[in-house]
Amino acid sequence: MSNTPSVWQDISRKGLWQQNPGLVQLLGLCPVLAISNNVVNALALGLATTLVTALSSATVSSVRHWVPHDIRNPVFIMIIASLVTCVDLAMNAWLHELYLVLGIFIPLITTNCIVMARAEAFASRQPVREAAWDGTMMGLGLTGVLVALGALRELLGKGTLLAGADKLLGPAGQQLTLQLAGPDYQFLLMLLPPGAFLGLALLIAGKNVLDARARQRAAAAANLAPHAEASPAP
Amino acid sequence: MSIHATHIARPVTVSRVMLKVLAALLPGIAVSVYCFGPGVLVQLLLATVTALAAEAAVLRLRQRPVAPALADLSAVVTAWLLALSMPPLGAWWMIVLATLFAIVLGKQLYGGLGNNPFNPAMVGFAVMIVSFPAQMAAWGTPLAALDAAAQLQWIFTHTLPAGSSLDAISSATPLDVLKTGLLQGGQDASQLLQQPRFGHWGNAGGEWVALAWALGGLWLWQQKLIPWRTPLAMLAGVLAVSLPLWLWQPAQYASPLFHLLNGATLLAAGFIVTDPVSGSTTPLGRLIFGFLVGVLVVVIRVFGGFPDAVAFAVLIMNMAVPFIDQTTQPRVFGRKGGRHA
Repeated sequence: MSNTPSVWQDISRKGLWQQNPGLVQLLGLCPVLAISNNVVNALALGLATTLVTALSSATVSSVRHWVPHDIRNPVFIMIIASLVTCVDLAMNAWLHELYLVLGIFIPLITTNCIVMARAEAFASRQPVREAAWDGTMMGLGLTGVLVALGALRELLGKGTLLAGADKLLGPAGQQLTLQLAGPDYQFLLMLLPPGAFLGLALLIAGKNVLDARARQRAAAAANLAPHAEASPAP
Repeated sequence: MSIHATHIARPVTVSRVMLKVLAALLPGIAVSVYCFGPGVLVQLLLATVTALAAEAAVLRLRQRPVAPALADLSAVVTAWLLALSMPPLGAWWMIVLATLFAIVLGKQLYGGLGNNPFNPAMVGFAVMIVSFPAQMAAWGTPLAALDAAAQLQWIFTHTLPAGSSLDAISSATPLDVLKTGLLQGGQDASQLLQQPRFGHWGNAGGEWVALAWALGGLWLWQQKLIPWRTPLAMLAGVLAVSLPLWLWQPAQYASPLFHLLNGATLLAAGFIVTDPVSGSTTPLGRLIFGFLVGVLVVVIRVFGGFPDAVAFAVLIMNMAVPFIDQTTQPRVFGRKGGRHA
């Protein structure tokens, strides 16, 4: 096993953690804040966005040599919009209840900055496979944030987890719902928009703490290692 | 931390100022206890303990010295203001949660005393009124026959001893009664205000609490701890909206006196809009800030969805403070014209 990470590992690490679209790039905040009031909605929108980002990155990458530089943005948006339309129609057909809940936020994936940003910053200058992988990982990174935020808000706001899972998984999903507090429990602030901002801020702060600790550990290790090796040297 | 000039013999420390603010609250607390029972003291105690514990915990997390921050008493002032704005017989977890939000979110996460753009007590109150509107609307009935033990039992276990009914201990505030009464239609404001709940001046029992806040505020002004501009401007703002409305349609709108003596109007005028951290600091800015808080209080009470509006009015105007301060900077002595001296 070599020490240098492969390009695939590098792309995954950036998408899922180092350049996480929700926590670091802070792109696509509108759906993140609006749809994260429960886990099921968050997961569904996250996966839909992942699908679009992966497919659009692959498509943009495959046509990158033929797209004139000056009109690349309209071309990218057309590609993204067509893919979103497909996802929109598919969800309307097969996940109709969920489609009704997510409403305008499915078509709005077109304007989600993270899709456009990956097309522009990565897919338009990288080979197809890498671009598809990058789109997938960025989408999954966003999905992770959405689900964490959705879980936090649903748990604190309503005392449940995975409420309405049947909308995503069919009737079997109903058993997945966890009722962790009394049926009367409600903490409205977490379900309302302020809860989304507070929750996202907590997640970002949490990531920063973890990163700071990792840096400290790395610095400590870097300080110790040369001493151990270089003790005979001046 | 001291803010004294060389010619003042005894330095004015933050903790001395805060101690005097606490002292100024005592008359209001005494009247509240007389009116609503010892439950008020329980709320104060719960808020104080929670505030100090939360402040200490966050300061430890931030790796800042704990003792000086606790000794400056600013957390206790926040806790008391919050406890006095909350329902006197609210469940224990309500005041604890509100204080946690006030101290952790409203104060410490912004960097502690002096750095918070919003009044911490009002942050805590707004969180609660938005999250638990029903529980926040249930106030103790003034002068209700409920002894201390029963009040304690209600606050901590949410049960009542046999024989006492829920009506005896929780009633809607006059602001609430008026708002729901007008929403239901049938009666207009002048008819609604005939009910015994409103007393002679719009708030049976509560008017004495309100006047006691005013007394505390006047003492703070006499001690030169609060400026006169902000509170007077706020009361002027309340009058500026409520008086024309009342003169125009007295059947539809409550009198200015009702707005002055109800809710947290006078508490806010003496103790909340005068917060030196989150309020405006320039002379003209204080007038603008206070006046607009007063205007917003009545506008939100009359036309908005919530019965009382002091917290929202203060928070909204807190947001405007940097802009107000920037545009109202006084001219520096010796310079001509220039606003941006």
